[in-house]
Amino acid sequence: MARRVLLIEDEPNIIEAISFILSRDGFTVHTHENGESAMDKVRAQRPDMIILDAMLPGKSGFDILRELRADPVTSNLPVLMLTARGQAKDRELAIRLGADVFMTKPFSNAEICAQVRALIGDDVPRDRPA
Amino acid sequence: MDRTGSRIRARRLDAKIAQRDLAQTVGISASYLNLIEHDRRRIGGKLLSQIAAALGLDQALLAEGADAGLVGRMRAAAGVADAQMVEAPQTADLAARYPGWARLIVAQADQIAALNQRAQMLEDRITHDPALATALHGVISAVTSIQSTAAILTGDTKVDADWQARFHRNIFEDATRLAQTSAALIAYFDAPANGAPVSLSPLEEMEQALFQTGFHRAAQERGGKSAAPDDPPLGPGAAGLLADYDARYSADTAALPLATFVPAAKAVGYDPLRLSAQMGRPLAQVMRRLASLPGDVDAPPLGLVICDAAGVVRLLKSVPGLELSRAGLCPLWPVFTALGQPGRAVAGPVVLPGAPEVRLTCHAIADVAAHPDGPHMPPLIEATMLLRPDDGPDDGPAVAAPIPVGAGCRLCPRAQCPARREPAVVSLEPSL
Repeated sequence: MARRVLLIEDEPNIIEAISFILSRDGFTVHTHENGESAMDKVRAQRPDMIILDAMLPGKSGFDILRELRADPVTSNLPVLMLTARGQAKDRELAIRLGADVFMTKPFSNAEICAQVRALIGDDVPRDRPA
Repeated sequence: MDRTGSRIRARRLDAKIAQRDLAQTVGISASYLNLIEHDRRRIGGKLLSQIAAALGLDQALLAEGADAGLVGRMRAAAGVADAQMVEAPQTADLAARYPGWARLIVAQADQIAALNQRAQMLEDRITHDPALATALHGVISAVTSIQSTAAILTGDTKVDADWQARFHRNIFEDATRLAQTSAALIAYFDAPANGAPVSLSPLEEMEQALFQTGFHRAAQERGGKSAAPDDPPLGPGAAGLLADYDARYSADTAALPLATFVPAAKAVGYDPLRLSAQMGRPLAQVMRRLASLPGDVDAPPLGLVICDAAGVVRLLKSVPGLELSRAGLCPLWPVFTALGQPGRAVAGPVVLPGAPEVRLTCHAIADVAAHPDGPHMPPLIEATMLLRPDDGPDDGPAVAAPIPVGAGCRLCPRAQCPARREPAVVSLEPSL
């Protein structure tokens, strides 16, 4: 059964590109464009991992990440954070809030596929330790 | 103590004129002149005029000494610079001896202060301007999409025709957006030849012009009706707004001329409520006059905000050291509270976050005017707020608790504020 990725990103063309390359790599990709209702989508979709943009309309990716880690159901959900802001303080904040991977835009397609495979690829057990 | 004699002596020595020669020139004895110079004899009238003429000086300069306002501004300039460098006790003497140099010192100090403020505004804008941050984010997003999409199209894996068409369209859309945003950013950073920063709107352009003179309009104070000759060139939109500002300014000047307004304001500690009651003028008009006092008046720094019924800021004069952004001003400021109770003054302290906290006292009122097209149209409402930094611990009667306000939701660190309408540019929870 294909691993499910929830992509929370508000740029339509970036959504299409990432969805295409991950689908081609065998993942099922769901998307959501609004930060305010993102947690509802997470709870409804129950993805295997999340790719989360930092700057979203309604609620920032950092706030969503904080909520993910505060919820016992999603506290261990792998999160790859994407941001256009590559300053060290943003990276430190993302890691401190519990992001598994922090990537800056623009990214390479090969790198994002590699990171997703590393987090939820076939070799990664579905039940991650707490 | 009248120190006219001492000033005569100082000016005579500067001019390298012997005492006996000056005495002979004006027709008095050297010994009498000596008594005058040591302030043991008063002098005035014709003799003072003759001595001033012999020394090549203005009689008033000898009789009254240096302009107290000029001396005050020189001391203020020394206070900003390294105070150890200046001979503070000789400030008045310097101003009296060399008023031209003294005015140059003051003018240069004012210019330095204005340049520092402008540099700080630009730096803050680049760092914290939400519109700029959004534009830069748009550039990065467009570049990301183009790079990722192009990599798909040029990769080793074949892409079917439908996807190729979609991706080609996406690249075109992102490239177009990138070009437009890049052009706007270049215009944002591209300053004109005179070094003045580019404004993003006619309102900001007008305010930058007003900022040069502290929102004071000397030409209108003298009864002028048009823009002053030393006003910077403005675009047509900004010029029209400035003309409207000057028209109201002239009306305010006629109702509250400086000659009577300044002493009255000083007598009540620049309290706009007391001043309005005392002078029988509308509170908003009094606040506008207070916020546009000339720089040589020894008044506290005063800021001014004017907004319309929609809460859109139409005029913004920040308090020195506190730069407010007109975009997305915090809804808890008293100027917006006043919109909800037209005709009733709102007054009280506010506090902004920071270390240390910034505390101000605000007065605000909303005025209602009938729409010129008739009673069937909604009235025109305008709110005015005066801001004044607190002077420090007050041993007087207890005042109301300060209202916590911010510079705008995008910049404010008060994450739990019930009035927050959008997330901050960065999450700034103090617990992290």
